[in-house]
Amino acid sequence: MTTHSVRVVLPAHLRVLGRVDGEVVLAVDGPVTQRSVLDALELRHPVLRGTIREHGTLRRRAFVRFFACERDLSHEPPDDPLPDAVASGAEPLLVVGAMAGG
Amino acid sequence: MRSVAGTGPRFQGFPVLREEETTVSGVRVLVGTRKGAFVLSSDGTRRDWDISGPHFPGWEIYHLKGSAADPDRLYASQSGGWFGQLIQRSDDGGGTWNAVGNEFAYEGDAGTHQYFDGTAVPWKFTRVWHLEPSLHDPDTIYAGVEDAALFRSVDGGGSWQELPGLRGHGTGPSWQPGAGGMCLHSILLDPRDEAHMTIAISAAGTFRTDDGGKTWRAINRGLRSEGIPDQDAEVGHCVHHIAAHATRPDTLFMQKHWDVMRSDDGGEQWREISGDLPTDFGFVIDVHAHEPDTVYVVPITSDYLHVPLDGKLRVYRSRTGGDEWEPLTRGLPQEHCYVNVLRDAMAVDSLDECGIYFGTTGGQVYVSPDGGDTWAPIVRDLPAVLSVEVQTLS
Repeated sequence: MTTHSVRVVLPAHLRVLGRVDGEVVLAVDGPVTQRSVLDALELRHPVLRGTIREHGTLRRRAFVRFFACERDLSHEPPDDPLPDAVASGAEPLLVVGAMAGG
Repeated sequence: MRSVAGTGPRFQGFPVLREEETTVSGVRVLVGTRKGAFVLSSDGTRRDWDISGPHFPGWEIYHLKGSAADPDRLYASQSGGWFGQLIQRSDDGGGTWNAVGNEFAYEGDAGTHQYFDGTAVPWKFTRVWHLEPSLHDPDTIYAGVEDAALFRSVDGGGSWQELPGLRGHGTGPSWQPGAGGMCLHSILLDPRDEAHMTIAISAAGTFRTDDGGKTWRAINRGLRSEGIPDQDAEVGHCVHHIAAHATRPDTLFMQKHWDVMRSDDGGEQWREISGDLPTDFGFVIDVHAHEPDTVYVVPITSDYLHVPLDGKLRVYRSRTGGDEWEPLTRGLPQEHCYVNVLRDAMAVDSLDECGIYFGTTGGQVYVSPDGGDTWAPIVRDLPAVLSVEVQTLS
């Protein structure tokens, strides 16, 4: 099984919560998908459980978006492969709080 | 009263009393706001204040509360529309915080309740409105949530279990939200026996358990609400807040949407005590720490105008357990004041001369160190205040 080194950029609130500076680099085994990346992220930072995906259903929270390679991947199926550039570590997966006022 | 940030003793993060101060009474006021938490600390004089915060900046802090069994144990409800609910816990009086469990899963089939338009919608967790630590065990804490349900943790917030008997009350499918959401906002623990609890939900009413939350009874007899088809229905009343004095747990005070109410039999029967209040709409209600018949409310103009009547911010005090009220105005703005005081934004300390505190949606937190006779702002420009609690430290 191939292990990928995947970069994830979190929004400011979640960086504070997860006590991380800058990007998070995750080792992801097998296919690089939204689900596998978020599983690895939550394994590394359990405090983020429930903040990006809902507990139980693991659905993306309504005001959270996933961007990469200048594309909005928020509505892609969670088990679809992320772009090769994300899987290779060339580009990060961006977790973004939606522009919804504030 | 004045804010003295920058003078006097300073502390990292939340203030922690220094060793030489531990023999001196003081207070720690826990303030939840739309954009973080603040802690206001003073000695027993309550003249000079140290202000720390914002803690959890940018997050809505609906409520913070300390354990009566261990004042260094604090809990905070941290939430936001983007990233959901978190619960923070401090074991050192607020010096450091750690996120604990944040999964609030309804037991079994969640079922439905009524929406504003009368249609049935599924129960859905939104946030924790109120945290109520056990009076005896710092690791046991209750959480009142939206959509209305009661959860309990017995491991310091690490995990939460619903007490489903409440939501499973036969009337549950007929409950509906108030304007703020269908929230369980008040939790009163009976100091004689915590198996006896009284809670309130907007807009369902007041409920009581005598078996630790297994079974519940609606206790709304005597309430009348014009906003529901059957004005004295068993449930459906928009109760805004309830309060009780520790030495008289069977005497309950209620600020309802309209009407200030009182029960002397644990909620079996309520009677109106609005008396000569200029308006009996409001959100907060609280009881003096040493005088069980001294009660405080902040009248608000009406259900469609959530500001003080005539632009005058007035606390009203009854020393007779209701019916007869006096306005308390010294030190409060008496013109051009158009703030609100939300349901969990009043608290009392238990120093010899009882202090009264409340926060406003304009970001002011006021204190009266003399039971309401005089008032002064501790701080004026916080984000909108959602909740105020106070710990009396010795």
